[in-house]
Amino acid sequence: MTKQPILDVDQLKTYFYLEDKKVAKAVDNISFSIFPGETVALVGESGSGKSITALSIMQLINKPGRIVDGTILMNGDELLQFSTKQMTKVRGKNIAMIFQEPMTALNPVYTVGNQISEMLRKHKKLHKKDARKQSIKLLQTVGIPRADEVIDEYPHQLSGGMRQRVMIAMAISCEPKLLIADEPTTALDVTIQAQILDLLVEMREKFQMALLLITHDLGVVSEYADRVMVMYGGQIVEEAPTRELLQNPEHPYTKGLLASIPNMQDDVDRLGSIKGTVPPAFDFPKGCRFSTRCPFVMERCNHSNPDLKEINSIHSVRCYLHEFWGGGV
Amino acid sequence: MTSLEQSVVVQAHQESTNNDVLIEVQHLKKYFPIKGGIFKRTIGQLKAVDDISFQIHKGETLGIVGESGSGKSTLGRVILRLLDPTDGQIHFNGNNISTLTRRQMNPIRRDMQIVFQDPFASLNSKMSVGELVEEPLLVQTSLSKLERRQKALEMIEKVGLRQTDLQKYPHEFSGGQRQRISIARALVLEPKFVICDEPVSALDVSIQAQVLNLMKDLQENLGLTYLFIAHDLSVVKHISDRVAVMYLGRIAEIAPKNALYNNPLHPYTQGLLSSIPVINTDMESKKNREIFKISGDLPSPANPPSGCTFRTRCPFANERCSMERPELLEKENGHFVACHLYT
Repeated sequence: MTKQPILDVDQLKTYFYLEDKKVAKAVDNISFSIFPGETVALVGESGSGKSITALSIMQLINKPGRIVDGTILMNGDELLQFSTKQMTKVRGKNIAMIFQEPMTALNPVYTVGNQISEMLRKHKKLHKKDARKQSIKLLQTVGIPRADEVIDEYPHQLSGGMRQRVMIAMAISCEPKLLIADEPTTALDVTIQAQILDLLVEMREKFQMALLLITHDLGVVSEYADRVMVMYGGQIVEEAPTRELLQNPEHPYTKGLLASIPNMQDDVDRLGSIKGTVPPAFDFPKGCRFSTRCPFVMERCNHSNPDLKEINSIHSVRCYLHEFWGGGV
Repeated sequence: MTSLEQSVVVQAHQESTNNDVLIEVQHLKKYFPIKGGIFKRTIGQLKAVDDISFQIHKGETLGIVGESGSGKSTLGRVILRLLDPTDGQIHFNGNNISTLTRRQMNPIRRDMQIVFQDPFASLNSKMSVGELVEEPLLVQTSLSKLERRQKALEMIEKVGLRQTDLQKYPHEFSGGQRQRISIARALVLEPKFVICDEPVSALDVSIQAQVLNLMKDLQENLGLTYLFIAHDLSVVKHISDRVAVMYLGRIAEIAPKNALYNNPLHPYTQGLLSSIPVINTDMESKKNREIFKISGDLPSPANPPSGCTFRTRCPFANERCSMERPELLEKENGHFVACHLYT
C-alpha cells in the first residue's frame, strides 16, 4: 500500500519582480512530496531558494515576490486556493515553522507564556488558565528546566538554545502534521545544536509529525534526515534517500559540496572546491544553472536545462551526464 | 617540587632552547570590569581570558576552538595588543610586547595581522579594493604611490582576484571574494604572523573550501604562522597542526591535532567531538560512535562555577571538581589537559 503524502508540492514557482524588469526566479518549478513521519532535508547554499520554498508553503511571501504557478496539496486540500483567513488556520495548526534566529522570531515585549498561550487560545480555543497550564507542560516537554518560572520570562532573559526550545514548544503546541525547520541550529553552538536536533527528532516521533529540515550542513543531513533534496539555483538538482545520496552522489554539484567539507576521519591536504559562486537569481545561466561552475560542462549544458530524471527507483538527478553514462536515452 | 612546577620548569627549559618559537604567551589574563549600581562602580570581573599560556612555532598553525563566550576572540585581540592584557606576558619573536606603548607597537604591527570573520563589516565600503589593499602600505611603509600600486596588484593576484578588480568597491563582490580582499589586506605587508578570527564561518561550504585552500597555499608560499580561531572543529582540524580547546577563558586541552581528535582526554573535548554531526555513508558506524553529548548551556562568563568551570556540564564531576581548579598538565608527549580525572 502506498502511503498518502501529507504535503504534495507540484511545479511550484515563486518569482520576485525586481526593478529594471528583472525577475528573480527564486523557486523555479519545484515538485516534491512529504510523507507522514519522515524527515526530509532540503540542502543548499545561500541563495539556492530553500528558505523561499518553505515560505511559499506557508504562503508568507511578500512583495515583490509572488507564487506564480504550481499547486500545494495538504491532505488533498489545495492550499493556494485558500483565503487569507483559511490560511491563518492552517499556519501553526497544520503546518508549523521554526526559524533560524529565535531572537527575531520571538516577540521581545511579550512573555514566553504569553506567546505560547496565544497559539493555544487561537487554534485550540482554550481558556486562559488552561492555556497557561498547557504552556508549562509544553515547556517541560521541550526540556526547559524551571518551566513554571520561565513561562513568565521574556525572550531576552533566555539563552539562544533555550529560545529555540521555546520556538519548538510553540511549534508543537497544536500538534501539527508538518514541522518546517529553517536552519534551526545555524545560530547555535555545536553542543547546543546537538541538543536541539535531538529534541526535534524526539518531538517528531512523539507527535508523529513529518519534518522538513532546511539546512546547509550535510553533517546534520547525514545524522537526522531520511531523504535529501539538494537545491541549486531555485531547482532541485538531486533527490535520494540520505544514505544513497551520500554514498553515490551523482550530480556534480552534490559531489563538489561533499568534497568541500573538511572530513573528520581522514586528512586531505587540499579540499575539493567548486569554482566560482552561486549566480544571482535574476541572472541564471541560460542552460543548466550549474553549467558556469561545473567541471564536466558540455556544449549542450549551455543551451538547455536538463530535467530531474530518475536514474533508479529511489534516486533522481538533474544532469545530462547521466543520459550518457546511466544509459537513460 | 610538585608535578606542576616540574612541568613548568621543563617547559621553560624547552622554550629557552627553542629558537623557532614565534609567539609565546605566558599566564595571559584579560578581565573586563562589570559596572553596576547608580555610580557605575565596578561590581565584578568578567574573566574573558584567564591565565592562558602556550607557544606557536614558526610556520605552524595553532587552532583555537570553543563555543561562543569562551574567550577565543578576546585572546586573539589581546595577543595583537588590540586590547591591553590585564596580566601576563606576550612574546613576539623573542621580544616582550605586553607592555609596549602604542607608538612602540607600531613597527611591530607590520609583522602581525588579523583577518576578521565578517567581510561585510570589516571592509570600508567607501574605499575601492585598490585603496583598501594599499592602505596598510601607506601607514607602515614609505613606498611611493607607484610601488604601492604594484604591491597591491601582486597581492590581489596572489589571492585569486584580477587586476580589474582593484577599481571596484566591496559591495560588488560576494562574501568569499571579500574575504579574499581581507586576506590580501592582511598579507600585503608580508607579516610573519596572522590571526584568523573565524575567517570562513560566514561563507558557504563550497566557498569556505576555496578560502581554506587559499590560506594553506599562502602559508606555504610565504612561510606564515597562523593562529586560527573557529568554532567549527572540522575546519580547525583541516588547517591546524596543533589545537587548543577553550572553555570559559581557559584552555581545557591542547595537543597536536591527531592526538586531540583521535584521543581526546578532556570530557569537554570528548563531548564537543561527539556533538558534531558527521557525514557518514555507513549507517552502522553511527550507532557505534560514542554518544556523549553535553547537556545544559554555557554558564555565564560573568559568574563562572567554582573549581573546574566545566563541572556543571560534566558527567564525571565529583566533589573535588567544585573545590579545586585543575591545572593544565602534560599527560602525553605534547598533550596537555586540565582535568582532575588525570591527576
